[in-house]
Amino acid sequence: MSGPLQRQTARVRSDGTHEGFLRHASFRWLKIAGGISLIALLGYMMIDVQPRHNGGSWYGYTLGTIGVLLILWLSMLGVRKRKMSRGHWSLKAWTSAHVYLGLSLVVIGTLHTGFQLGWNVHTLAYVLMLLVILSGIWGIIAYTNLPRLMSANRDQTTEAQMLASLRSIDRQLHDAAQPLGQEHAALVQASLDQDPFGGGIGRRLSNRYPGCMTRYAHEQILQVTGSQPRVDDDPLEKVDSLLGRKRAILARTRKHLQLKALLEIWLYIHVPMTFALIAALIAHIVSVFFYW
Amino acid sequence: MTETYRIAIIGSGSAGLSAASRAAALGLSHVLLEKTDHLSDTIYKYQKGKHVMATPSQLVLRSDVDFAAGKRETILGIWGDQIAGHKVNVLYNSEVKAIDGEQGKFALQLTDGTMIAAETVVLAIGTQGNPNLMRCPGGDLPHVQYTLDDPGAYIDEHIAVIGAGDAGIENALGLAADPEQRNAVTIVNRNPEFTTAKDANIKALMAARDAGRVIVRTGTTPSLVEPGFITYDTPDGELKVRCDRVIARMGSAPPRKFVESCGVEFTSEDRVAFPKLSPTFESTKPGIFVIGALAGYPLIKHCMNQGHDVVEFINGNVGLKPADEPILEAKFRDLPGHKNVDEWLEYLRSNISILNGLTPLQMREFMLDSEARFYRGGEVIFERNDPGSSLFSIASGSVEVLLDPDDHAKTVPIAAGSIFGEVGLISGRRRGATIRAREDTICVEISRTAALKLQSSVPAATRAIERICTERQLLQFFGSGLVPEDLVDILDSYEILTVSAGKPVISEGDEGDDIFVIRQGSMIVEKKVGGKNVFLSYLPAGSYVGEMALIGSTRRTATVKAAIKSEVIKLQGAAFKALLTRKPQLLARIKTDMASRQDLNSFVEAKKDSFSSVVDMYSNVANFLVENGIGEATDVLLIDENLCVGCDNCEKACADSHEGLSRLDREAGRTYAHLHVPTSCRHCEHPHCMADCPPNAIHRGPDGEVFIDDTCIGCGNCQRNCPYGVIRMEAEPPKKPGLLSWMLLGLGPGPGEPSRKWSYKNADPQVEKAKKAIKCDMCSGIEGGPACVRACPTGAAIRVSPERFLTVARLDGDGD
Repeated sequence: MSGPLQRQTARVRSDGTHEGFLRHASFRWLKIAGGISLIALLGYMMIDVQPRHNGGSWYGYTLGTIGVLLILWLSMLGVRKRKMSRGHWSLKAWTSAHVYLGLSLVVIGTLHTGFQLGWNVHTLAYVLMLLVILSGIWGIIAYTNLPRLMSANRDQTTEAQMLASLRSIDRQLHDAAQPLGQEHAALVQASLDQDPFGGGIGRRLSNRYPGCMTRYAHEQILQVTGSQPRVDDDPLEKVDSLLGRKRAILARTRKHLQLKALLEIWLYIHVPMTFALIAALIAHIVSVFFYW
Repeated sequence: MTETYRIAIIGSGSAGLSAASRAAALGLSHVLLEKTDHLSDTIYKYQKGKHVMATPSQLVLRSDVDFAAGKRETILGIWGDQIAGHKVNVLYNSEVKAIDGEQGKFALQLTDGTMIAAETVVLAIGTQGNPNLMRCPGGDLPHVQYTLDDPGAYIDEHIAVIGAGDAGIENALGLAADPEQRNAVTIVNRNPEFTTAKDANIKALMAARDAGRVIVRTGTTPSLVEPGFITYDTPDGELKVRCDRVIARMGSAPPRKFVESCGVEFTSEDRVAFPKLSPTFESTKPGIFVIGALAGYPLIKHCMNQGHDVVEFINGNVGLKPADEPILEAKFRDLPGHKNVDEWLEYLRSNISILNGLTPLQMREFMLDSEARFYRGGEVIFERNDPGSSLFSIASGSVEVLLDPDDHAKTVPIAAGSIFGEVGLISGRRRGATIRAREDTICVEISRTAALKLQSSVPAATRAIERICTERQLLQFFGSGLVPEDLVDILDSYEILTVSAGKPVISEGDEGDDIFVIRQGSMIVEKKVGGKNVFLSYLPAGSYVGEMALIGSTRRTATVKAAIKSEVIKLQGAAFKALLTRKPQLLARIKTDMASRQDLNSFVEAKKDSFSSVVDMYSNVANFLVENGIGEATDVLLIDENLCVGCDNCEKACADSHEGLSRLDREAGRTYAHLHVPTSCRHCEHPHCMADCPPNAIHRGPDGEVFIDDTCIGCGNCQRNCPYGVIRMEAEPPKKPGLLSWMLLGLGPGPGEPSRKWSYKNADPQVEKAKKAIKCDMCSGIEGGPACVRACPTGAAIRVSPERFLTVARLDGDGD
């Protein structure tokens, strides 16, 4: 490639605009975190601590101090995200550092234990830390895979628009069902009465709504209309097509809510676990120094 | 011929009426000649029930006939009564065919053969008899009309009103007033802004547009009229729509032939030029006076005052000062040198090139909207980055432009007669450089609106401003040590072309060696590769194209077409080539640019086989972005939906950085190939929002951001004018408790924009906060830059300037 074009490309690149948090600054924090882990591991192997490696040795204390400071700093991401202060900081850089340094805690924390685990508050803190990290890994996987699905599913419509079109269809259904007989009107009424997204977090995450009255009503009415010739002014045909549209919008909205929930649900483990971890850490540190 | 009248007044419009009644009050022998069988034919022909306005409001009415804003019928009634009461001598059905003779013994020949003798003649015939005609093909068809008597007479029609002056707007509103008539009314304004109409009319039109009663097309001209259809040239390309009737209200010009036959000279050869007049309204033919619209004054109040004054002058009261004299006196009070108002007006008019074409009367009106300023040598007139959109013209002395903010020795002088500050006029940007007076200097500061008005009413001024602007733009665009003298040849042959969206200025494979400089808007460069158009690059205003064919003596190597409606300066290839031989520095610079463009071309050629699908994808994305207004953007927020997790932290950060209100809607907007253009300000090159801001509160900041200042009155014009829907009208919500109180104690609504419910509940009942327009200001003044980008946890939100983003070099980044 020739000179000026390279310059141009370099300029576009150097804007640093189009890198995700994982690739941020050419994997800067992956390199740093990897380096820290490697040094910790080498230190563990090279330094001969007597009688053996454990949390109470000078090396163990060093790793423990680094670990606890890291945990406290990592939990500050929640504050950084919400505190819109001035200055040249980038939340993307913070996220990148959070991810890689958080992963390095697996090495630092494990080495700190000296592989001495048991049924005590110390191991509780360790297990909680691993749970936080595991939920974080789940989050990374969700963040790398789900956004494009969500974008494709919503196809330029916003959540508010989806809900608005549902309401509008419901109004039309209500009007269109007036001339129907008792049996069919009851089906439509059931579809209107039901909260189509209700049923708890399980339904939301699995996107399975077995008791969906809209689907049921549509299937029932299809059995009638499917075998009849299409007549334009037949109210049942109109309800049929409205129910069909409602099902399509419901499918998209439910998929949207599912993906949104999947993008958020891990945080409901990650964040409370972090608080539990910090509490366990306090107990761990206090007990270590109390019983010294 | 029996009696010789002291004064013969031709035309019984507001000017003539006022003159005649003054003559009657003074007991002068007079005659008022009216061509029709009723008084004031122009107002008589106004549409029924039209509300007649009394502007300018600061002007005092000085006439024996009353006038106040009201219905057409009421005003005509009052005038009829008062003319009768004053015992004015009116001759109806008396159209004057010719005026012969000299002062003291004029002979007026009427069309019915009657001769009338008069010592002096007052011409108050207006301009309505000579409307400006439709010049596009089909403009002479029978369904094109130039007046509208009764808007109630048309039903079920598609009507196009051409021209958005007061007459056009009133016609359009009249035709659309009654929904029962079921008219589909479109009003067409050739300018992007409404420059000539009264404020109240513009507001009413905007309201009608928002109510869906009238379609308003700005920046549009009719290009073809056919029976049943009209074709418009719009900013977005050509558009053919149904049209049963065309009402052309594009102003009118003085009935020049008749006036000249009386011996009266005009100021210039322009079709819309006015007669040369003395400060007492006397024309070049002694004894013939001209007042009213024919003198360049279309407003009723002015006309009536002039009618009063001209009779006083004829009666020997030459010391009489016009009604606006005190206002002008105050404006000139602080200038050095003891001149009276008339002397000052003449001094400014003759010394400032762009004002040369004005009549003394137009000059008077012009100065009412402008300010005369005096600066001592060395005094700074304005600083770089000051807000300001006014145009300055130098009457005496000279100023200097400080080229380098750090080195005050680097200056360029601007001499008397010229102008400066014209950039603010065009794009609403902040001042680009500091200007200092070199010596004691007198300037006229022309407000943006006054300058636009000047340009729309005096073609000579438009041309003078345009030439100076073009010269400066070329100097700025090309740099390389050029001086104004180098451009003389080029400026003698340049042309300014308006290019509609999608139209090419250069087509690949064509012959031609002209250079095009993009003055306004933006262009995209495309090249045909393997039968498909590949998007090569995006050129913002200030770029130039066409150098490859000129220097390489080849055919055109790529197609350059307008992304949005644009203006280009076309420079003759030969003249430009001559300049290049004289200026090797410029040649060297252009060759460097050319080399990088050629590399781009060959890069695309090389890629076409291996990555044709990538090239396709890139072209499609680029076209999608241009369609979504990126073509006129200077800085735009994009969201990579491969990364966006929908946390809306960008919106929350925006709200928390700006008084608790978010200026962007992440989810809304178009998406293509996972590239999402959210509803957020694009900071357009020529902001639509700026077009019609009554307090002039929208400006462009030093970093190119378009922002609204505190003087916003909440009228909502900008919100309506923004084609991208990025402006909100909101009242500032109450202050939230701090982040810690929320995190630890659960106080307040948390980060981001508070809900309406919370704002309402926590609002201070003592203070009523008005809704104001809010929009993205690119976080100007906030250290660290745009909050939306800083606060994005995954790097999905990016801000880009289109010329950096829309280059084929991106292929490398996206190709993986």
